[in-house]
Amino acid sequence: MVYAFLIHTLRAPQAQDMGLCRVLYSCVFGAENSPDDPRPHGAERDRLLRKEQILAVARQVESMCRLQQQASGRTPMDLQPQSSDEPVPLHEAPVGAFRLAAGDPFQEVRTVVWLGVLSLGFALVLDAHENLLLAEGTLRLLVRLLLDHLRLLTPSANLLLRADRIEGILARFLPHGQLLFLNDQFVQGLEKEFSAAWPR
Amino acid sequence: MFTAAAEGLLHQARRIQDEELQKFCSRVVKLLQKEELGPDAVDALQRLFLIVSATKYKRKLEKTCVDLLQTTLCAPKCPEQLQLLCTAILRERSPSDDLNLSCDHVQNSRQLSLVASVLLAQGDKKEEVRSVGQRAFRVLESRQPEGPSLRHLLPVVSKVTHLAPHTLHEDQTNLLSKRLVDWLRYASVQQGVPHTSGGFFSAPRARQPGPVTEVDGAVATDFFTVLSTGQHFTEDQWLNVQAFSMLRAWLLHSSPRGPSSPDTDDKSELEGSTLSVLSATSTASHLLPPQERLREKAFEYCQRLIEQSTRRALRKGDSDLQKACLVEAVLLLDVLCRQDPSFLYRTLSCLKALHARLCGDPARVRALLPIAQFFLNHGEAAAVDSEAILQHLFTRIPCELFHSPMLAFEFVCFCRDSLPVFGRNLDILRRSFPNLFKLLAWNSPALTSEFVALLPSLVDSATAVEMLHTLLDLPCLTAALDLQLRNPSCLEASRDPQFQGLLQHLLRATASGTTERLAPLHQLLQPLASLTRVVQCAEAVPTLLQAFFSAVTQFADGALSNQLALLLLERSDSLYQVPQYEAHVHRVLSSQFLVLCARHPSLVVELAKELLEFVGSVSSVHSREAMLTAVVWAVGEYLSVSWDRRCTVEQINRFFEVLEALLFEVTQSRPSATLPKCPPRVITVLMTTLTKLASRSQDLIPRVSLFLSKMRSLAQNPAPSSDRCGEDAGAVCTRAAELLTLLKMPSVAQFVLTPSAEVSEPRYHRDTNTALPLALRTVSRLVEKEAGLLLG
Repeated sequence: MVYAFLIHTLRAPQAQDMGLCRVLYSCVFGAENSPDDPRPHGAERDRLLRKEQILAVARQVESMCRLQQQASGRTPMDLQPQSSDEPVPLHEAPVGAFRLAAGDPFQEVRTVVWLGVLSLGFALVLDAHENLLLAEGTLRLLVRLLLDHLRLLTPSANLLLRADRIEGILARFLPHGQLLFLNDQFVQGLEKEFSAAWPR
Repeated sequence: MFTAAAEGLLHQARRIQDEELQKFCSRVVKLLQKEELGPDAVDALQRLFLIVSATKYKRKLEKTCVDLLQTTLCAPKCPEQLQLLCTAILRERSPSDDLNLSCDHVQNSRQLSLVASVLLAQGDKKEEVRSVGQRAFRVLESRQPEGPSLRHLLPVVSKVTHLAPHTLHEDQTNLLSKRLVDWLRYASVQQGVPHTSGGFFSAPRARQPGPVTEVDGAVATDFFTVLSTGQHFTEDQWLNVQAFSMLRAWLLHSSPRGPSSPDTDDKSELEGSTLSVLSATSTASHLLPPQERLREKAFEYCQRLIEQSTRRALRKGDSDLQKACLVEAVLLLDVLCRQDPSFLYRTLSCLKALHARLCGDPARVRALLPIAQFFLNHGEAAAVDSEAILQHLFTRIPCELFHSPMLAFEFVCFCRDSLPVFGRNLDILRRSFPNLFKLLAWNSPALTSEFVALLPSLVDSATAVEMLHTLLDLPCLTAALDLQLRNPSCLEASRDPQFQGLLQHLLRATASGTTERLAPLHQLLQPLASLTRVVQCAEAVPTLLQAFFSAVTQFADGALSNQLALLLLERSDSLYQVPQYEAHVHRVLSSQFLVLCARHPSLVVELAKELLEFVGSVSSVHSREAMLTAVVWAVGEYLSVSWDRRCTVEQINRFFEVLEALLFEVTQSRPSATLPKCPPRVITVLMTTLTKLASRSQDLIPRVSLFLSKMRSLAQNPAPSSDRCGEDAGAVCTRAAELLTLLKMPSVAQFVLTPSAEVSEPRYHRDTNTALPLALRTVSRLVEKEAGLLLG
């Protein structure tokens, strides 16, 4: 199952010192228990920890993506489509995976699958031993849906105030972090239902 | 895409003050209390979500606001948009102490799903997971009319099972297992009818538009699965998809004996085959208890998926799904066989056929990994030889597909996770290290930490030397792979047989047992040394070398240590010239050389000849300063009878001469453009080593004292042409003075400079008669007194 889904900024490889990596949206499905810690910790501290864990993942994804892009000699602008109506060639978008050891930063061992599109990074934080093919497919699907329904490629796009749509997409295609085996027709059907319920 | 305007918005949301936030909350409360909840409410909630989620610190919201959010969430007539936003805001604030949301009276499964996503994020301090689980089962058990109700429920159940499997009672587990059987095996095989209101679901008894199809367009031949398609779907078909999606986790967590109890693998082969005869003939599965029946149906589902994956899908999305289904089917079969070994007999033939089919299909390579995992897990029990499968996996896949980051990652994870079950096949893994290193060379940032964990199991005394060479040549391997990728025929096209041979060795698939000196190849591939990928790999090598050495030093005996030490010396000036690579590698190699010497001090005596050669060349001073310093220090430390009885006075004298000559050369020669100034560390270590040797062969003391005085005066009065800076000169001077002082009392010098092994005992330092600082202070005072007497 998926533990968390996040969207964050990806800065261009050259501009490393401009600003910080920002998490634009994150959704945690369920929570990690901390039963062994004897100290009574407030809810605030738990939330703080959770936010920092997500930020740590975002930073690592950003650096992995940057390293991969640099190694393959691609610039982020390579993925820019000619017009905003064309679909982004997602199969060429950089994608990768890495493992997080127990305690660093999550309690348990987790795997992160990520995908980068222009200046946005998308990541799924999975439990260990998940079906990575399914996770990768689901992530691509989510990114495609988000790019389409939030029109993220237009210059004035802004996903910060569109959390409702993101939630709507996640509720259908990744309910409670459950990865679903959806064939093409199912996806189409669900998408139609989503478009009907949430007109653009 | 992320514009300055967006950055500004984020900044604003983080900076909003408490007062302003409270005003905004009142506005939200007013908007939510209206009869008609319109776009204003949506807009306000979107902003509130941003404010709450933008900062990692807690935002104080008024109680009325939070309560109203909770009420709106549960309101049945509320539009989905608002419900989702309320849920999201409450979830973003979690864990939170001011939440009084409960699922106790929730009847509607959709509402339960929303409430659950907030409650499950609280962290289970008040047993929220249990209460959500119990409520979910209550809804499941109650007689609900047909409709889209259950589709919201299953993911909740799946999550609860994942988080707290022990909270479910046996009858609840049985209930769900029964329902899962229905959904998995007996879903409708007719397509759904489009709902008139534009929704997604329809009642299965409406007018039938036709049967579902396979992914290649043919009419479905058997029961409905996730690979069955149609224009519209029915509710139970949707539940089929969800049921399969959660099946593996459910089987693992709901099994009464636990996920993989140790007995199942130990069951004897005989017992397994007896049981299999029974299960192969028994089709009266409705007589089985629910868990067993679920397993049986799951098995049938997997077999059907494997059959369905042979079809050529018409759409790319379906083709990708087929691959994911194959992986899932194999993983499921693995779980089933672990829980009930009677499945083993039927599974083996099926998987062997699948493996044969996949070997010839490059697009489905990733599915080979779970198959190999299966055979490693169950090979012993089934007396099947997994060797052939592993051979194919390790020798073919990495060569051809090192450039795919996801495959490389999965491959390495497979190696790491399977280490406990490799058994006598561990040899195949070890001998395939050259192929595994290709994955590492190409994808170093993502895989370095995985390999650091894997290395201790990869290296053994037979392959250590070859592996060290390969590690040192890793950036060169990256360059060669890049060349091969861009120009696949470079191996045959080159007319130079030496180049061909070396390249072939570098790109070999398995450990050859031989080593080749790749220096000519380094030169030929020099233009590629500045490639970013090569540089990234070069940056990873020092970490890998450290991991290699910490593994090797655990088991290396004297002979192997000698070999490795010689290797370090030899390779230190034969490295692929990537910027900064040599400097970093030298640092690691020199410190590891000292570690080797510390573990096997006789190394110095046994390799005396080679070490003499090494320290004799002046060029080492500038090109291999770190190595030279380490070697000289090691000589000073370990070339003595107390470490190895075979050490002769002759050896000591010979080293002395060579080192003295070296020191003379480096201090007398004028620094020039080609020969920079000698670093003071080299000078001091040479002086110290010479003194140590002299303390062991005391005839040398006068020579050394003379030399040291000269050094001291040279340092105090540097020649005008030399640009020795004050600090360096000071250090040299001080050291020379210390050493001279020590030599004035030869027995003390011996005690200080050639301590016996007992010096590492704490007693040596606590006992006032033997403590070193005391001895030094005494010596200094005596010498000063002597000097004072001399001066009158």
